[in-house]
Amino acid sequence: MKKQSRREFIKVVSLSGGGLVLAAFIPAESIFAKPGEEPKIFSPNAFLKIDSNGVVTIIVHRSEMGQGVQTSLPMLVAEELEVDWTQIKIEQADADRKYGSQTTGGSTSIRRNYEPLRAAGAAAREMLIAAAAAKWKVQPADCKAENGFVINKLNGKKIGYGKLADDASKLPVPQNVKLKEPKDFKIIGKKIHRLDTPDKIYGKAKFGIDIVIPGMYYAAVKRPPVFGGMVKNFDASKTKLLNGVKEAVKISSGVAVIANSTWAAFKGKEELLVDWDNGLYANFSSEKIKSKMIEKLNGTGEEIRKEGNPELPITNNAQFLEATFEVPFLAHAPMEPMNCVANVKDGKAELWVATQNPQAAQRDIARQLGLKEENVTIHVTLLGGGFGRRLQTDFAVEAAEISKAAGVPVKLTWSREDDIKHGFYRPPSMHKLNGAIDSDGNLIKFEHHVSAPSIFSQRAGRKIEPKEYDIAEAAWPLEYKIPNIKLSGSLVDTHVPLGYWRAVYQTQNPFAVESFIDELAYLAKKDPFEFRRTMLTEDSRLRKVLELAAEKSDWYKKLEAGKGRGIALSEGFGSFCAQVAEVSIKSQNEFKIDRFICAIDCGIVINPDTVEAQIEGAIAFALSAALKGEITIKNGGVAESNFDDYPILTFEEMPKVEVYIAQNSFPVGGVGEVGMAACPPALCNAIFAAAGKRIRKLPVKLN
Amino acid sequence: MAKFTITVNGKKKTVDVDGDTPLLWALRDSLGLTGTKYGCGEGICGACVVHINKKAERSCSISIKDVEGKSITTIEGLAENPNHPIFKTWIDLEVSQCGYCQPGQIMTLAALLNEKKKPSKKEIEETMNGVLCRCGTYHRIHKAVDKLVEEN
Ligand code: FES
Ligand code: FES
Repeated sequence: MKKQSRREFIKVVSLSGGGLVLAAFIPAESIFAKPGEEPKIFSPNAFLKIDSNGVVTIIVHRSEMGQGVQTSLPMLVAEELEVDWTQIKIEQADADRKYGSQTTGGSTSIRRNYEPLRAAGAAAREMLIAAAAAKWKVQPADCKAENGFVINKLNGKKIGYGKLADDASKLPVPQNVKLKEPKDFKIIGKKIHRLDTPDKIYGKAKFGIDIVIPGMYYAAVKRPPVFGGMVKNFDASKTKLLNGVKEAVKISSGVAVIANSTWAAFKGKEELLVDWDNGLYANFSSEKIKSKMIEKLNGTGEEIRKEGNPELPITNNAQFLEATFEVPFLAHAPMEPMNCVANVKDGKAELWVATQNPQAAQRDIARQLGLKEENVTIHVTLLGGGFGRRLQTDFAVEAAEISKAAGVPVKLTWSREDDIKHGFYRPPSMHKLNGAIDSDGNLIKFEHHVSAPSIFSQRAGRKIEPKEYDIAEAAWPLEYKIPNIKLSGSLVDTHVPLGYWRAVYQTQNPFAVESFIDELAYLAKKDPFEFRRTMLTEDSRLRKVLELAAEKSDWYKKLEAGKGRGIALSEGFGSFCAQVAEVSIKSQNEFKIDRFICAIDCGIVINPDTVEAQIEGAIAFALSAALKGEITIKNGGVAESNFDDYPILTFEEMPKVEVYIAQNSFPVGGVGEVGMAACPPALCNAIFAAAGKRIRKLPVKLN
Repeated sequence: MAKFTITVNGKKKTVDVDGDTPLLWALRDSLGLTGTKYGCGEGICGACVVHINKKAERSCSISIKDVEGKSITTIEGLAENPNHPIFKTWIDLEVSQCGYCQPGQIMTLAALLNEKKKPSKKEIEETMNGVLCRCGTYHRIHKAVDKLVEEN
């Protein structure tokens, strides 16, 4: 088995759609450092510093992977700090426990930091006010903070934060400072331009792959063709004849070539002759895993949750429906392949990593190299996409091992082929659904049995209890009022490394559930929108987004022949989402997606433009999977290798996307993943409306 | 190894590499121009697009020996004019997400608009289809292209 790091801190929670919730929180004592530690720089907590020139630096402790945290997290601090937004600077934090959890996953960056980061800004503001008040010999209540200045309300005098920084740093840090009311927000809720955009488009931004350190060599790794395989022997004589190749070393995951350029390392890798021990799984294939899933699906599975009496026989003229749904393995394939710069020397390791999980990288490298954690420094770079792949620390551990073995600093670069073939895959799944409609057209029974490999169980290395079944996340039929519901699950083992893939199981179960609800609506001879609406209570947030999406899509407006609309709902990560897809059938095998309408309720909104961008991006990501995504296991390894055989959505295939955000003051919800779930069922329901063909297997094939 | 001289962003540069080294790696590793990205190495994704004698080309699929004496512009070269309408529109519409594919998107579009002030929808699609974006910024690229073509 490929070495995996564990995300022990992830706990699987409520199956009704809470998503993977990080159990971490930021304890007050960890954000509030002792005052007066750095007299020239006022840094009342881990998240901000103000120097005596008035430069405000906000520290970002979550990873920027495109979702905009280098802008949205500083917005939280700046809102309470009362600082001129255009004057702030940001700094990406190294791995450090003082920040609480730095794991960027589960759509938690804003949700978990909405209050702590505002509290960090507010505490600093109160200290600056107190310092000014002391200077002026007035009460703090006679002062206010605005735009980087403290103003004396009695006489209008003002002092800049820079001039107060030194005095403020000697004051005690106030606890429980009152935070602003949302109605007083000046920054939160506004469309703020991203701070990271200019450098990225000018080609100046530094992703992990762009880092260069003095004396650095370049490395590439050849890994076993079968998951779980190992190196028996290798022969690097041909490799060493190549220009620029320094040496080849064995590491835990394979054989590394060290050279003076990426190209020489890549070529050197091709020339390596490795004798592999393929281990136990060389005969494994997708088909074998599928037959295991089917076998389990034909059993009853473990009961996970039940309501009413789904087992009771239903007689009174009810209509019944059964359907099976299926989705394949998927790879993340972020545009920036895995890479890492490492310098291991004198019992210390320093790494530059595009990671979603810096603290885990620190821990895993310390373990692997036998170092103390405090001797492992992790600098977090920009991430050229993450999508869950960069929660894993395998590539950082590899780079550290190579640097240690070769005794030089190295930049390890994975080829795209390495990325597609050596990932942590979104598991496949199969779903059997049963439903019954009574003579009045009401849905009276809904059963869902999901059969899939469990990420949680694979990582925990143990059998898990039905209540822990991650495979059933978002498998319950939302909040629909259905009198009899049963959810069961069956776990299937696989040797293929599994990983969290943007929204994880919420890209699987909702496809089955919301497609089947649609099928049941047709069986009940009801409009699919109305059918859903009448099963949701009036004050339900889900019902409100459903109505919003239907309204914005002109749901009742007739489309021309060959076109169709489909609707689907999802709930997760503290947010609610409804999507309407519109498709046109072009020929027997061809269709075009004309547009997607998405209504989202994510509670209080930090940066509305980023919310829209995340939804647009999630729809593209979900469509790549729904239309094309499939990883095939052959001879124990992955058959695909690059974007030619693992294609993703292209420019032309991207539909128009309209996003409508519900305005309310519910608690902040996540937005990075919630857009994923409703997309495939909305698409497939639209295909049915247009072509009369039910799609129960992804990727979509019309014929 | 051999010495190759190319003109990059208006300056003559010499690199000492094997002749089969893709231009991409010569730019990135030898010249430190890391704005040009590696995405697939096979000419599929467009992350590595640069201009060679004003035409958009995939630098992962062209050897250094084949570009000797030619004039190459990278994203860093284009960004010497940060007021280029593409950059302004990109910021305006907040196109970028992770940003990794963006230099390739921008270089590809810049070459197209250079060649043709008002390319057709089909020409735009055929050109931009060759640059992949995993974050799904296509929707905004679309809007940005429409705006640029209209203003051109
Ligand atoms: S890296 Fe050149 S096209 Fe992908
Ligand atoms: S912006 Fe991330 S790949 Fe395009």
